[in-house]
Amino acid sequence: MLSNLGNILLFLNVILSLSIIYNANRNLKVSGGIEKNIFQLSLIQSTSIIICFFVLVAAFIVSDFSLITVYQNSHSLKPLFYKIAGTWGNHEGSLLLWAIILSIFSFLFLIYNKDHPKKFRLLTLIIQNILILGFLFFILFNSNPFSKISPIPSEGLGLNPILQDPALAIHPPLLYVGFVGASIYFSAAIASLITNYSEKSFSLSIKNWVLISWCFQTLGILVGSIWAYYELGWGGFWFWDPVENASLLPWFAMTALFHSLIVFEKRNLFYFWVIILCLITFILSVTGTFLVRSGILNSVHTFASDPTRGIYILIFLSLMIFGSILLLFQKYKKENYDLNRNSKETFILVNNWFMMFYLITVLLGTIYPIFTDALTDNKISVGPPFYNAIIFPVVVIFLLFMALGPKAKWIKNKFENIKIYFFILAGAIGLNLSIIFFFKSYSLLSNFIIISALFLIISSLMDIAKALKRNKLDFARIISHTSFGFLVLFIGLNDIFSLEKDYNIKLGETKKFENYSIQLQNLDLKNYKNYQAVIGKLEIKNINSNQTNILNPEIRIYNKPKTLTYEAAIKTSLIKDYYLTMSNIDRSDYYNIKFQKKPLMAWIWISVIMIVFGVSIRLFNNAKNN
Amino acid sequence: MQKIIKIIILFIFLFVIGIFYISLTRDTNYNTSSLINKETPEFKIISFDDSNYFTRDDIKKNDYTLINFWASWCAPCRVEHPILMKLSQTKNLVILGINFKDKEPQAKTFLSELGNPYDLLAKDKNGKHSVKFGIYGIPESILINKELMIIQKFVGPLTVDDYNNIIKIVK
Repeated sequence: MLSNLGNILLFLNVILSLSIIYNANRNLKVSGGIEKNIFQLSLIQSTSIIICFFVLVAAFIVSDFSLITVYQNSHSLKPLFYKIAGTWGNHEGSLLLWAIILSIFSFLFLIYNKDHPKKFRLLTLIIQNILILGFLFFILFNSNPFSKISPIPSEGLGLNPILQDPALAIHPPLLYVGFVGASIYFSAAIASLITNYSEKSFSLSIKNWVLISWCFQTLGILVGSIWAYYELGWGGFWFWDPVENASLLPWFAMTALFHSLIVFEKRNLFYFWVIILCLITFILSVTGTFLVRSGILNSVHTFASDPTRGIYILIFLSLMIFGSILLLFQKYKKENYDLNRNSKETFILVNNWFMMFYLITVLLGTIYPIFTDALTDNKISVGPPFYNAIIFPVVVIFLLFMALGPKAKWIKNKFENIKIYFFILAGAIGLNLSIIFFFKSYSLLSNFIIISALFLIISSLMDIAKALKRNKLDFARIISHTSFGFLVLFIGLNDIFSLEKDYNIKLGETKKFENYSIQLQNLDLKNYKNYQAVIGKLEIKNINSNQTNILNPEIRIYNKPKTLTYEAAIKTSLIKDYYLTMSNIDRSDYYNIKFQKKPLMAWIWISVIMIVFGVSIRLFNNAKNN
Repeated sequence: MQKIIKIIILFIFLFVIGIFYISLTRDTNYNTSSLINKETPEFKIISFDDSNYFTRDDIKKNDYTLINFWASWCAPCRVEHPILMKLSQTKNLVILGINFKDKEPQAKTFLSELGNPYDLLAKDKNGKHSVKFGIYGIPESILINKELMIIQKFVGPLTVDDYNNIIKIVK
């Protein structure tokens, strides 16, 4: 029953999309405002796709194993929360989520942009609906979450237990709002090219959407990192995994985009550059989806692969790329950038160069293995050393520009009070030296990174004092730039001062190292609803301060499917995290434990949240001013 | 000049899309069909109970051998298990199970719960031996004849069709 209802709703959505395209197209040719029925159709479209999604959620909740998707990804013993999260934890369900976001953004863009030309709004709607149709066809004919299985299995196959985690339940939806949200300014950019709507006001129509998708994208990446840190048991939070990279690529493009939008809005410069960024952001999002879903990349994220899926997305991607390139070539006019060397415009352009540099680096690192495999049959993998070697040295220069940029003036070639930056630089060097003096020394590159991060932080903080005097405070920029400085600083310090030890230990035994001792005090066996757990009780003692902490890492044995996972025990404090994993050693009463001390972890997360907070202040200010 | 740049840009995108297409259709990651009709690689793999080693000599003894790679943590392995149980009743066919990156107690529970279809049972604790057979994920199975030739490779769980196919060959 649920299967039929879901399929009917999907077909209804196809019809709705087609009729929106038809009505919008007809409305283009007549004078007057946008017809009421287009708004109505768009509203019905969003509502019905949401209902369709809830039908699938219902199938997961009642464990309707007549649906293949439910059978493959759920189990009747699974806690309710993870049954629901299972809806988007798989390929088919997540595509339905894509369709929802496409439709909702389409509707909201239509109703919130009343001040813009009718033709531009209608064309945006048409293009967005062509995208929606593309996804609906993909869902219906290739990845239908409502496909039936017969005979009906009595029990489901279960959901991968490492995916049973609250952070992971919200990670995909956040990321999808970012990824798919980019579709609306893709559509708007195409509409703007076709209708020659290249005035400054075009930036007003898209800038909030860019900020919204950026915030969600950033939070999605953050939650994914937090999950990897807590769940994967490696103690790291970024692995340069191809799929992580796929989420980072559109992020770079979005970041470049909302910075150049500032210039476009103020000076009416960079129109075509803004358009190109709008286009590549969504193209990169779809490319990322292609890489993940087609199975040509091997990664922890790769969904069960099916080549026909890959072909479909590749055709969709090619149409998008060549369609937008040809249109762009047709409309492109050479723009004259007559910029003063020290003006704000120049600095924002510099920001964009850096973003493009990062984007190209990560893109090459991600797809290079595919190229060598296809062309030379050589399987290689590009790992962290490549990214660390290329990205981190450049971060130093990037941070210096990031500190100086905001002080430049629009148009003018004038810098105020250049001397003060030498003092700030001296202060940053001094602080860095005192860190070395009180703790330990570290590599030359780390020195540079920490100095430049401190330089950005101090100069941003000094802006507050200056701006308060003039009563013109750009909170959004100061908070996000300062927090970015802190983020780099904390990552740097965390990397330098982390400590890692590995031991085999027996019950009751104590191991000592540096000024710590670890004792395995107890082992406990507990039964839970869908797993059994061996819980260790380990005491970590700081010999100098006599402070003790008890940590309880777990070895979990899940029933469905039978899987063993190792749960890290983490003691978080503002200064440092203790991170402990435990695994059993076959045929012995020893346990292998891995202990890590990771300073300032909490501050890394907080910095990212503060960056997003800064950007959302900008978003609220924009909304208020409009 | 502008025209040349445009052509170059188009060419780059065509190139990228082309490569993506080639990787998709080649699909070497999941298709090791190149192994078919090749001789079984040399191997020496320890038996599940650590009592002895299996080598190519153990395959030469049988008319046909099906090497099946499995693990207790692998859900699709459960799906194909009934088919293996049925195959175990076939004459002329010896099934060599290779327990892949698994924990011993769980592997034992798996077999005692679902039955043991394997005539010979070996283990590959860290997955090093399986690489020689071009194993990417499990379950995978390889059908080998007396002359040590690889006749067929099955990626993913064995299906009823695969069962009929094997029976036809082995007869």
